[in-house]
Amino acid sequence: MTNELNALLVLVLVINLVALGTGRILALIRVAALQGALLGVLPFLVHQHVTFPAVLMAVVAIALKCIAIPAIMIRALRDAQIKRELEPLIGVLPSILLGAAATAFALLFSNQLPLTPQDAGSLLVPASMATILTGFILLTTRFKALTQVVGYLVLENGIFIFGMLLIDAMPFVVEVGVLLDLFVGIFVICIITNHINAAFSSMDTRRIVTLKE
Amino acid sequence: MIEAAQAAAATGAVVSLVLILVAIVLTAASGLPGLFVARRSARGQWVAAVMTVLGAAIGLAGAGLAFTKRGVGPLELPFTVMGGRPVLAMDSLSALFLVPVFLVGALGCLYGLGYWPQSRHARTGAKLRLFWGLLLAGMTLLIVARNGLVFLLGWEVMALSAFFLISTEDHRAPCRQAGWIYLIATHAGTLALFAMFALWRWSTGSYELSAAAAEGMSPAARNGVFVLALLGFGLKAGVMPLHFWLPAAHANAPSHVSAILSGVMLKIGVYGLVRVFSLLPGPPPAWGGVILLLAAISALLGVVFALGQHDLKRLLAYHSVENIGIILMGLGLAMLGRSLQRPDWVVLGLAGCLLHVWNHSFFKSLLFFCAGSVVQGARTRQIDRLGGLARTMPWTAMLFLVGAVAICGLPPLNGFISELLVYLGLLRGVVAPDGVGSAVAIVAPVLAIVGALAVACFVKVYGAVFLGHSRTPAAAGAREAPLSMRAPAMVLGAACVVIGLAPIAVAPLLDAGIADWMPELGSSAIPLGDLVPLGALSVTATALAAVIVVAVVLLARRRRAVRGVGTWDCGYARPTGRMQYTASSFAQSIVALFHWVLRTRTQGPRVDNAFPAATWMHTHVDDLVLDRVLLPAAEAVGGWFRWFHRFQQGLTHRYVLYVLVTVILLFLWAALGALS
Repeated sequence: MTNELNALLVLVLVINLVALGTGRILALIRVAALQGALLGVLPFLVHQHVTFPAVLMAVVAIALKCIAIPAIMIRALRDAQIKRELEPLIGVLPSILLGAAATAFALLFSNQLPLTPQDAGSLLVPASMATILTGFILLTTRFKALTQVVGYLVLENGIFIFGMLLIDAMPFVVEVGVLLDLFVGIFVICIITNHINAAFSSMDTRRIVTLKE
Repeated sequence: MIEAAQAAAATGAVVSLVLILVAIVLTAASGLPGLFVARRSARGQWVAAVMTVLGAAIGLAGAGLAFTKRGVGPLELPFTVMGGRPVLAMDSLSALFLVPVFLVGALGCLYGLGYWPQSRHARTGAKLRLFWGLLLAGMTLLIVARNGLVFLLGWEVMALSAFFLISTEDHRAPCRQAGWIYLIATHAGTLALFAMFALWRWSTGSYELSAAAAEGMSPAARNGVFVLALLGFGLKAGVMPLHFWLPAAHANAPSHVSAILSGVMLKIGVYGLVRVFSLLPGPPPAWGGVILLLAAISALLGVVFALGQHDLKRLLAYHSVENIGIILMGLGLAMLGRSLQRPDWVVLGLAGCLLHVWNHSFFKSLLFFCAGSVVQGARTRQIDRLGGLARTMPWTAMLFLVGAVAICGLPPLNGFISELLVYLGLLRGVVAPDGVGSAVAIVAPVLAIVGALAVACFVKVYGAVFLGHSRTPAAAGAREAPLSMRAPAMVLGAACVVIGLAPIAVAPLLDAGIADWMPELGSSAIPLGDLVPLGALSVTATALAAVIVVAVVLLARRRRAVRGVGTWDCGYARPTGRMQYTASSFAQSIVALFHWVLRTRTQGPRVDNAFPAATWMHTHVDDLVLDRVLLPAAEAVGGWFRWFHRFQQGLTHRYVLYVLVTVILLFLWAALGALS
């Protein structure tokens, strides 16, 4: 099973790089949704047998990450009528390179960690860290409100992967709580997006600074 | 016998408390229906008024019942908070403080119908009424709480509601600023209270507020509780160095909010002090001394700063500081009496303290109601822009006069009675042979000076606002307030008169409160009537009132032909209202006397030649603590951290980057640690 698991995780890592490499917001949202769908399968691969928490987690993850959140975002995108991240802080190619560096760092670093033998063979820890770092990169280099949301989504995906390690130990409630927070947060941001758009005729979150007292 | 009584109490003889709980629910919910009706609809304000008045009436019934010692609990709440069932209970002390809450709360709500109607304040009306109800509910809850956590719950509900009430007009910058300063002050106070209750829990083992629990406290813990209580409750009560939030908040809030803040919420701070000190038996004499000292400072500087103000409501706010000082004089004296086993000091001091709590809440609310009528009528709070309002607003002028006489402590109104009690207590302290007597002796003259200055201050206000000619067209065109605003003020004025004429009626209530404050007094308690000739006082006051009424009637009858002459017209050919003696010039001589603390800033005018051009002059009195200590200190701290602004620019991306950098550094640290 470890092989299938690792194959899936490599796919997740590739998606990270694709997400960093795309300039179109719609594509970015779709890529993030695909990543969410892959993560939904993850609980079954980590646990060879089907348990109730695993099923629930898979259902919730797919429902939220793959369907609900992207749907809300695409709707917000359509309302706001923007297509591209026009002026990211760093270009597409440097982003991909940075993402690759982050992945390499995660792989190297996780070798240093004192993991249990069954986890040491899998890519769970490095994939989780690389995804978290990718989320951070998206958050810090993109300025449109919606790409920021994707950043948070990817960040949460990383946390979700890490949660797989602890699926028996960590209460399911915690993971669901994180998901719920994310869902509410994105819901709010998508509403705000429209308001920012209406108020500033731009979706650049840097403009919000003008609201600071 | 005792067991039977305990059983009766346990099986549900808690009628008084149940009434109070109903009052809490009714007042807390009073603003809710208003949120669901149309903005322009007046239905919400009527529902709120009915619910508040009903809740207050039920609550007053509960408080009244508590004086008969029936149905006062304790009532255990049916849930657990941090390992203990919270307890509510009533006693005469709680009941004494609940009366102003319900009375002013209900009257203020009715006043709001005329002063802040939904039709004119569609944006803020519903919000104001919601938090008004919550403020009343929070204050009521904390007064009946006998558990530290429930107390804090009520305290925070009250404090935060007050913040939203102060910043009702949040589109105006001064309101927002006053609100922020209040919020900082109240949070600082709450922090002190958290520390106090934590200390309480640590040294007694429970959050239960009872004298029995406090028995085992070490002296150091008691001193800690004393200092923290003084800080936390003192900030709320507005004791002099901690009063800095009060003038701006009272001046910028709507007038009925100023009334309940000044008349009632400050007293909740006093309640906290009175309650906590009653639970700590055997206080060292130093505690009473500290309180007397703070009281003297508050009273004197409060009235001095009031004299320097040009804003009617700011002036009244500083008078609140003064009156809190008088209240604390009584409390300090009672504490000293408790330390030194002098029941007569306890009775006189605490009776003065508790009665002045009532009195101040009545006459200060009355004055703020009248100030609100003036502001609404003439659309300015600047005393020197008003004038001659007695002609256009006769009812308001009359009611303001009642409040002014009462707050100055002049007979035959209620302020005189409570100040007399404090005087008598202080004078008994003076004749005491030990060294404490001479310390107390310093306070009595302070009280006398304060009384004299208060009279001067209200002569200034009344003369400039209501007498003479109107100084501006707005003041000339002022219209009398509607009945909905006059009637609540009349009720308060009547309360001032009744307590002034018949203090004997409230003496049993005060005796009950004193007995609850100092249970170890027991049979050695002296009834207030034995220490003060209340009967003679009533007769004298009534006679005096009768003489005044007769004199007024006679004067009114003998009214001569009215000649239209400027009041201070100095022989000018064409006098205008602006030439009158201003309030500032009236107070000038006293303000100059206190220049060492007031430090009035004067700007302009420069007169160079015989025919100077039009010019102006402006004087301003900065607040002692806020403008001269806290704001410069905050500026300085802000200056030291200016370099930090480079990192804090409001960009979320930057903040996320900081998180990322921190995480990576931690990773590296961990990796290096694993390598080595």
